[in-house]
Amino acid sequence: MKDWPLYEIFIRSKNGLNHKHVGSLHAADAHMAIQNARDVYTRRNEGVSIWVVESNNITASNPDENEALFDPAEDKIYRHPTFYELPDEVKHM
Amino acid sequence: MDKNFKDFILMLADNNMILGQRLSEWCGHGPVLEQDIALTNIALDLIGEARNYYQYLASIEQKEEDDYPMLRDVIEFRNVLLTEQPNHNWGHTLVRQFLFDCWHYYHLEAMIKSKDATLSAIASKSIKEARYHLAFSGEWTVRLGDGTEESHEKMQTALNDLMPFFDEMFESTAYETSCFQNQFSPDLSVVKQHALAKVTEVIEEATLKLPVNTFIRKGGKTGIHSEYLGHMLSDMQFLQRAYPNSVW
Repeated sequence: MKDWPLYEIFIRSKNGLNHKHVGSLHAADAHMAIQNARDVYTRRNEGVSIWVVESNNITASNPDENEALFDPAEDKIYRHPTFYELPDEVKHM
Repeated sequence: MDKNFKDFILMLADNNMILGQRLSEWCGHGPVLEQDIALTNIALDLIGEARNYYQYLASIEQKEEDDYPMLRDVIEFRNVLLTEQPNHNWGHTLVRQFLFDCWHYYHLEAMIKSKDATLSAIASKSIKEARYHLAFSGEWTVRLGDGTEESHEKMQTALNDLMPFFDEMFESTAYETSCFQNQFSPDLSVVKQHALAKVTEVIEEATLKLPVNTFIRKGGKTGIHSEYLGHMLSDMQFLQRAYPNSVW
């Protein structure tokens, strides 16, 4: 069981919302990962849908490149849609 | 209250209670965190179902639900022998669970049609949990049975050890026959057909062999238990025995 791969777990808390990353766990295969996720992450009614992805399949950005990747956005205030008023009917923004 | 009806409800309650107690022994000892919590969830499902039956009895008899699990001795328990057998290894526990789930699921499915409204309601609620238990224990049976040479051998040993306890669940006691005639309880021969078909299907997929001509071990449903139940109760009932009438 020590050889089991790591899976990243995403839970949709209710219909209409996105799946959100909640953590990771070990499992022999994707099917078992869903069962484990059900038992570990949804036992208090947290979800209506589960996605699992083997952690190996996720490519992450390199923290060393953070300056080049993210800092340039800091002074571009005009990219934020804060100059509009949101109607009440638009939820989850 | 009709004695047969009471015994039938006690049998349902005690099956769930005792197996729930057995599974709880794994809490903190599972092979990995994820399976530890999975088995504990199942234990809680079973104890939850047992509570529904005890509460039903308590409401009829003007008692407390805790009186039934905590204040009775071995001979008054009606659970099948299978549920009180020790955990041994992980595979052994899962084979015991799988055999139980095969009875549990199809028995609940049939009990939804019970003429007793409360039993029907409990069955409708519990069958969702039992469906998951059956999938879980069935998949583990296949995974380990059709796994390595060592896991296969351990699963076959467990199956040989536990299969003698299978038939008790489907052999009708006098109180079950009475309840069946009153349309409170399922036709056990039909439940057995479904359960045995499921067992055969999964055991075959797990590349295991059903032992043939096994001696049938029974007695639990009428209060004749194996040596293990007394030890379990001394653990489970410790507080009530040491400090009678203590409450939370």
